[in-house]
Amino acid sequence: MTTSPISNVRNFSIVAHIDHGKSTLADRLIQITGGLQAREMKEQVLDSMDIERERGITIKAQTVRLHYKAKDGKDYIFNLMDTPGHVDFAYEVSRSLAACEGALLVVDASQGVEAQTLANVYHALDANLEIVPILNKVDLPAAEPEQVKKQIEDVIGIDASDALMISAKTGLGVPDVLEAIVHRLPPPKGDREATLKALLVDSWYDVYLGVVVLIRVVDGVMKKGQRVRMMGTNAAYDVERVGYFTPKMVNVDELGPGEIGFITAAIKEVADTRVGDTITDDRKPVTEMLPGFKPAIPVVFCGLFPVDADDFETLRAAMGKLRLNDASFSFEMETSAALGFGFRCGFLGLLHLEIIQERLSREFDLNLIATAPSVIYKMHLTDGEEIEIHNPIDMPDVVKIAEIQEPWIEATILTPDEYLGSVLKLCQERRGNQKELTYVGARAMVKYELPLNEVVFDFYDRLKSISKGYASFDYHLTDYKAADLVKMQILVNAEPVDALSMLVHRTRAEGRGRAMVEKMKELIPPHMFVIPIQAAIGGKVIARETVRALRKDVTAKCYGGDISRKRKLLEKQKEGKKKMRQFGKVDIPQEAFIAALKVDS
Amino acid sequence: MNPADAQQDAFGVYVHWPFCLSKCPYCDFNSHVRHHAVDEVRFARAFAREIETTAARTPGRTVTSIFLGGGTPSLMQPQTVGAVLDSIGKYWNVASDVEVSLEANPTSVEATRFRGYREAGVNRVSLGVQALDDASLKSLGRLHTAREALDAVAIARSAFDRYSFDLIYARPDQTPQMWTDELKLAISEAAEHLSLYQLTIEEGTPFFGLHAAGKLKTPDEGLARALYDVTQEVCAQQGLPFYEISNHARPGAECKHNLVYWRGQEYAGIGPGAHGRLDIDGVRHAIATEKRPEAWVMRVEDNGHGVTSDELLNSEERADEYLLMGLRLAEGIDPARYQMLSGRALDEKRIAILREEGAIVVEENGRLRVTQEGFPVLDAVVADLAA
Repeated sequence: MTTSPISNVRNFSIVAHIDHGKSTLADRLIQITGGLQAREMKEQVLDSMDIERERGITIKAQTVRLHYKAKDGKDYIFNLMDTPGHVDFAYEVSRSLAACEGALLVVDASQGVEAQTLANVYHALDANLEIVPILNKVDLPAAEPEQVKKQIEDVIGIDASDALMISAKTGLGVPDVLEAIVHRLPPPKGDREATLKALLVDSWYDVYLGVVVLIRVVDGVMKKGQRVRMMGTNAAYDVERVGYFTPKMVNVDELGPGEIGFITAAIKEVADTRVGDTITDDRKPVTEMLPGFKPAIPVVFCGLFPVDADDFETLRAAMGKLRLNDASFSFEMETSAALGFGFRCGFLGLLHLEIIQERLSREFDLNLIATAPSVIYKMHLTDGEEIEIHNPIDMPDVVKIAEIQEPWIEATILTPDEYLGSVLKLCQERRGNQKELTYVGARAMVKYELPLNEVVFDFYDRLKSISKGYASFDYHLTDYKAADLVKMQILVNAEPVDALSMLVHRTRAEGRGRAMVEKMKELIPPHMFVIPIQAAIGGKVIARETVRALRKDVTAKCYGGDISRKRKLLEKQKEGKKKMRQFGKVDIPQEAFIAALKVDS
Repeated sequence: MNPADAQQDAFGVYVHWPFCLSKCPYCDFNSHVRHHAVDEVRFARAFAREIETTAARTPGRTVTSIFLGGGTPSLMQPQTVGAVLDSIGKYWNVASDVEVSLEANPTSVEATRFRGYREAGVNRVSLGVQALDDASLKSLGRLHTAREALDAVAIARSAFDRYSFDLIYARPDQTPQMWTDELKLAISEAAEHLSLYQLTIEEGTPFFGLHAAGKLKTPDEGLARALYDVTQEVCAQQGLPFYEISNHARPGAECKHNLVYWRGQEYAGIGPGAHGRLDIDGVRHAIATEKRPEAWVMRVEDNGHGVTSDELLNSEERADEYLLMGLRLAEGIDPARYQMLSGRALDEKRIAILREEGAIVVEENGRLRVTQEGFPVLDAVVADLAA
């Protein structure tokens, strides 16, 4: 197979909110161009992980090459790039988009623009992509295409007058999409004679092939057998395979400028590859890297502990396996007096945390307790040193701290008007500063500055529940600001439970402390003695509850010789005890940890 | 020598008579009401066969106690009781000082049979008095009055050297003062032994439905504790200290048969719905028989026994049973025996916490027992130690 003339190539991605039809449209395009036979079609071909399919989100970037014979009689090659669709993966999204020249902006004709769409379309505009607006689900009775068009123009600021009207589900209007890709999106530019320069878009682990690297060739040619160098990691590899996806893997000898495809090269771990890195010829490397490269930095941390202490080794192995495919997830061993052995883990964001946790429980059958999510705090010490901490346990003595700084974000929330009041109240409660409030039709768009540590603590859940699921949310990190933060501890029977410690703003400490001790009180069963449960800052108790002592727990009853029944009851009690953590003299049920960390004040 | 070792070779035989004249609304035992005469001869033959079969599985045992329970065994004719005891004597060795208890209802009719039972070989009766005030007796569904019950106690006293009776406390609307008075009266009538059970609401009984519907109020945790404390105090004062959580006796007058259960020793279960624990080839069997009386008879006639469940207990289950039953006793358990049964020692940390709380003590001879502080929360203590 020879490399096509560059003018016949179109690289594009689809930008859409969850459920607005990105995957369905992708499936339709693959089907029409004959990438897969009907019998091979699975719903949403591109989202290959179970979790991706269930949640309707994409975690890894993927591509598919489509061959299209246009009405002008020419053969075109389309490279459809499926990008990760979530705020936690904003950097990955930006790299995927950097590999394209155009984007299809898919908006649900009845729902309108959502916060996440907005964020991604801005990424696309930043990357100078040509954007084709598409209204999906126009066949539904609730569709309001004219209003949504206007919304696209008002909010995003692009011309939507020639937006395409389609129904990805029925196939209505999809042929027009193919023609628009040919005529409205520009072909890639690139110099075939120049030195190899390719963008590392993403990578993943394949059990048979090792690490598969998704690339976009910018200049030069990527050839099988060639020795290449990754400039960010400064490691060299011999390219073993070069190819593209249909979405099945197809091997070719080379990929030319403007093409998107994959290479394999005996790379052991995904961690050896960096999204956004530049790949060049090892013998005559280019001197300048492609712009925009930055290493993945975790921003949210939490401890993960097995519910059953015997599962620790299984957890270690499971994390190792997940890390093989996800270098942005980090973990190191941690010991907790309350929860035993576990791991301190770092994530790109809350969704990333949730996904990893869910995969651990689903794919490895592990029951886990997650401690309160934490962000990275900067501590300026009185001796002039500056340290970063993400675990309350590591916090230095308060007298040694001159100033604590916490990360802030700018959040964009789109919500139907009727929930606006509750949304604003939530943001205010979370120490937010309102920056902007505008209306887009019947939807309000608010921008807030918020401390990230208020967002990692059940903000999503609350936002979803107060808006009945209609509000959408997106954020990006802005800066660090000084904050009056205190370390709050929960004491059970006068002993601090390390797993429940957290850094919290002074004004929020009492409310949260109270909510936590109340929850703990409900869930810790009565013991033979009274158990005080306290929330404290330093030595000062700010909230207190008491678990009463058992007065009577025995049946003075005649059992005759039938002790099997009684034994079975004891077996149940023993099972229950196994699900508790012995903390000092107190048995604390797992649910108490989980519930205490979920409460909202 | 400690009390458990002295009785290590005890062997009890429990015989279940499954019929009652009426069903008490709190009772979930295996009892049945029949509106026709029960064929006692046929039952006696079936008892004899099951005894023969069970004895063949347990050769070399010497029976140290026999307990005829129910149901209402005092509905049996004395000659039926005699036949059962003869069968036991025929197929097993019986100790010369064997304790033979029979449960009886304290009615005048049944009291007339007491001498007959004594002649048949019974040497101890346990009377189901349950309460000493008529209103309570009526609400408990009993067919006798307090007066009648006390008369029956007097007859038992004249017929038997050893007798006991049962009372149920923690009844609806019972105050600690009312219970103190009732208990003192009971002790004045009881020579050596009292069983004092709390009213418990069991699934499947009429009381369960009433309780669920809010029409039957049982004491809350605090009142139940007060009633329990009163029980312990009054009995100890009056010379009938507890030796098991709900059994009180003059020292030396404990029920040998029930001690067999609590000490984790061997016992055979004979009759419909009877339970047994037998050590066969070094393995403990948990055995239960068919509950329905007529079905049990037919099984025995066909197979020589009515066993429907014969489960081998693993070491953990054995140890759990030992702990569960043994800690009910004032004498407690031997942690070394627990370790031998379960293959692991009791958790030192849990023992330390429970000792610190004053719930248990470890004696100089190594025995571990629950304290007066610990008994009211015994279920929690057992769950801690078994965990």
